[in-house]
Amino acid sequence: MTEIFGVPFAVLLGQLLLGLINGSFYALLSLGLAIIFGMLNVINFAHGAFYMLGGFAALVAFNTLGIGYWPSLIVAPLAVGLIGVVVEKLLLRHLYKMDHLYSLLLTFGVALMLEGLFRHLFGSAGKPYPLPEALSGGINLGFMFLPAYRAWVIVASLGVCLVTWYAIERTRLGAYLRAATENPSLVQAFGINVPVMLTLTYAFCVGLAGFAGALAAPLYQVSPGMGSNLIIIVFAVVVIGGMGSIIGAVVTGLSLGLIEGLTKVFVPSASAIAVFLVMVAVLLLRPSGLFGRER
Amino acid sequence: MREQQHLLEVSNLNGWYGESHVLHGMTFNVGAGEIVTLLGRNGAGKTTTLRAIMGVVRKRRGAITYKGSDIISLPQHKVPWLGIGYVPEERGIFATLNVLENLMLPPVTQSGGMGIDDIYQLFPNLRGRDQTPGTRLSGGEQQMLAIARILRTGADFILLDEPTEGLAPVIVEEIAASLQVLKQRGLTIVLVEQNLRFAASIADRHYVVEQGVVVDEIANEVLPASMDRLNSYLGV
Repeated sequence: MTEIFGVPFAVLLGQLLLGLINGSFYALLSLGLAIIFGMLNVINFAHGAFYMLGGFAALVAFNTLGIGYWPSLIVAPLAVGLIGVVVEKLLLRHLYKMDHLYSLLLTFGVALMLEGLFRHLFGSAGKPYPLPEALSGGINLGFMFLPAYRAWVIVASLGVCLVTWYAIERTRLGAYLRAATENPSLVQAFGINVPVMLTLTYAFCVGLAGFAGALAAPLYQVSPGMGSNLIIIVFAVVVIGGMGSIIGAVVTGLSLGLIEGLTKVFVPSASAIAVFLVMVAVLLLRPSGLFGRER
Repeated sequence: MREQQHLLEVSNLNGWYGESHVLHGMTFNVGAGEIVTLLGRNGAGKTTTLRAIMGVVRKRRGAITYKGSDIISLPQHKVPWLGIGYVPEERGIFATLNVLENLMLPPVTQSGGMGIDDIYQLFPNLRGRDQTPGTRLSGGEQQMLAIARILRTGADFILLDEPTEGLAPVIVEEIAASLQVLKQRGLTIVLVEQNLRFAASIADRHYVVEQGVVVDEIANEVLPASMDRLNSYLGV
C-alpha cells in the first residue's frame, strides 16, 4: 500500500478519522460555549460537567428505566437542559452584571460539585454503554474499515452544528439572539422577554453538551471525569476560533481534531500539546481568534 | 390645550441611574395625534425621561399612565405591546444584523402597522439594501431604518430620541417630511430634540426640561415670539 512520508496510507486515514471524531465533539461543545459566551457573557466552566451529565443521563436511563439509545439522545439533552435552567435562574443570572471572573468561578464550582457528586454515586471508574445494535457493524471502504457508530457520530454532530448555525444566522429567533448579544436592553424595549431568552439559550447550549455526552457514551466509557478531560481543549478551541464566534467554533473544532490526528501520526509525542501550540500561534498573530471580531 | 383625556400622562416622575438622581419630578402630558417635544440642554434628563417611560430605566418613582392605565409597574418587555415604539438615541441599529433583519426585528405588537412597500415609499433610500449590514448604512439611512422598523410594528405612540443628531440638513428635511406623513396617519410622537428649527417645523407643543424637571411649556404657534425665553433656557 502507498505510504506518505513513511506512514502507511491506512494508518494516516485511521488517525484522521479519529481526529474527525474528536473534532466533532470539540465542535459540539465549543459551539455551545461560544454561544453562551456571546449571548450571556459567561465563561461556562461547567460545560464539561454537563457533557458528563449527558453521558450519565443516557447510562442511568438505560440501566434503570430501560430507555434505549435512540430515545436517550433526546431525553439526555432535555434532562441536562432542565438542570441548566435551574443553574441559570438560581445562580448565573445574578452575576451577569459583574466581571467574567465571577461567573467563571461559579461555573467552575458547579463543575467540581457535579463531578464530586457523581464520583460519590458511581465511583471513578468508567462504565460501559452498549453500542446500539443498528450501528454495531461497519463499512469497508476498500482502503479502511469504517465503524458505523463512528460515522454516525460525525454525521450527527455535524448535523446538529449545522442546524444550530442555521437557526442563529438565518432565522428570526436567531436575529433576536444576535441583537440581544449586541444590545439586550434595546431588544427588551422592542417587547422581547430577554431574561427568558437567555435562560433558554443557556439551557439549549448545555443541552447540546448533554447530547454530546450521550453520543459519546457508547464510544468512550461514561465516567465522572470525562468532561474535565475534554473541557480544557474545548476552551482552547473557542479561543482559537474567536470568543463568541459560532462558525469559528465549529470549523476550529473540526480542524483541531484533524490536526491532533495528524500529529499523532507524525510526531506522536507532541499530540497532547498540538492544540495549545496552535492556540499560542493564533493568539500571537490574531489576538481575537481566527473568526473573532475585534472588540 | 386639549382638555380631553391625554394619551400619556407623566406626573412627578423621578428617575435614577444607579445612585445618581436624574429626573426630579417631570410632569407633562401628550394628547392623541400630537407631536410634543422635550427641549433642553445636554444632560437635562430628556433621554432619561424616554428611557423611564420605556422601562429601560428601572429605578423610578411617580406616575406614568398610558391610555389611563399605569405602566410603571409593568415588566419592561410588556410596555411595547401597548403600542409604544421606541427609537433610541444613537439609533440602535444592530451591526450583526443586515438591513432586512434590522427592519424585521421588533415584533409586530398591534395591527395597523406599515407594510414593507409603504415603508420603502416613505424611505426610498432603504429599498434594495436588504443584505447590507445595518451599520454600513449612512447615519441618515440608519435613522430612517430605526424609525421604519418601529412603524412596521403598528406602534401608534412613538418616542423619538434626537433623530436629527449629526445629520446633514438635506437629510434632516427628509426626516421632517416623513414625520409629517406619520402625523397625518394619526400617530402620536414624543420627540427629544436639540435642533430648534427642526422641532418647530413639526411639533404642536414644546416642553422645556432643565435638571430633570419641566420648567416651561410653549405652544408651537407662539414659539417665534418666545425665542428669547427659549434661548435663555437652552443657552444658545
